[in-house]
Amino acid sequence: MFIGAAVSSGVVVLVGAVFLASTVEMVEALTIVLAVGRTRGWRSAFEGTGAALVVLAALVAAFGPALVQIPISVLRLLVGSVLLIFGMQWLRKAILRASGLKAKHDEDLIYQETVAELRLAGTTPGRDRVAFVMAFKGVFLEGLEVVITVLTLGTSAHRLGLAAITAVSAVVVVGVVGVIVAKQLSRVPENAMKMSVGVLLISYGTFWVGEGLKVKWPGNDGALLVFVLLYGLVAWLLVLSSRPKSSLVGVA
Amino acid sequence: MQQKNSSLPFRILKGFAMFWWDFLVGDTPELFVAAVLLVAITTLVRVVWQLNGWAVVVLPLLVILSLGISLRRARRLAKK
Repeated sequence: MFIGAAVSSGVVVLVGAVFLASTVEMVEALTIVLAVGRTRGWRSAFEGTGAALVVLAALVAAFGPALVQIPISVLRLLVGSVLLIFGMQWLRKAILRASGLKAKHDEDLIYQETVAELRLAGTTPGRDRVAFVMAFKGVFLEGLEVVITVLTLGTSAHRLGLAAITAVSAVVVVGVVGVIVAKQLSRVPENAMKMSVGVLLISYGTFWVGEGLKVKWPGNDGALLVFVLLYGLVAWLLVLSSRPKSSLVGVA
Repeated sequence: MQQKNSSLPFRILKGFAMFWWDFLVGDTPELFVAAVLLVAITTLVRVVWQLNGWAVVVLPLLVILSLGISLRRARRLAKK
């Protein structure tokens, strides 16, 4: 009953993009929080995480309603352009990693580096400021990209609430799963997820830029699914064509 | 005191500008330029020349072309 004809392809792409982007970013944030908690204690790690989540939620609450006031065609053109840049950056990075031209994101290595950094930092009497700041920074910086994705996709589609709930769901899922299988974060297929997010973001970006310029897409919302398939196919072909004969690592 | 007060908004503005610069340009300035160009070209095709059918084709093609050019640049950098 819930999944009826009213659920448009636009909603599916929106939920998919926000959920995957939030999951990827929160896996990265959780790696840092786990390193902080295990090395310096859980209290400061949780306090830093909580403070960052409150600030991120405040940003969505403050900028969301303000963005909705912008005329819809201007908003869609601006948001579409930002999503195109953002999506192409994600997709480029994921293609380079998949083709072996760039080192893959290694959660185990990041965990070990964070633990080493925390052990080097001295202890402070009373509240552990180092742990708090480290957890806050990790969650806030990774979460900023989620906030931008939620704000841009949510306001353009007039579904800010749905986008925010989807992002919160991803945070909860990653948090629960992360606590249960804390040592297996490196098994999350992060690059495949990043590539999917890149494809979804540039699909939405193309759609909104067009809408902002009064382009009449054949099939209206259905054009989004065509873009997802088209860009997915192009990404796959680009991975194949980018694979070097000898393995090279180290691209900016 | 006055100097301290005036430097805080400046620092905030600078931080805000730096965030957006890193976010939108960062180490892939070619993608930023490409996005500006593809919006300009699509505006020309759709708004000025009123060719909706062409705009439907041109916009995604330019996105694919931009991505291809950026990856080619990355491959060149990797070979160096």
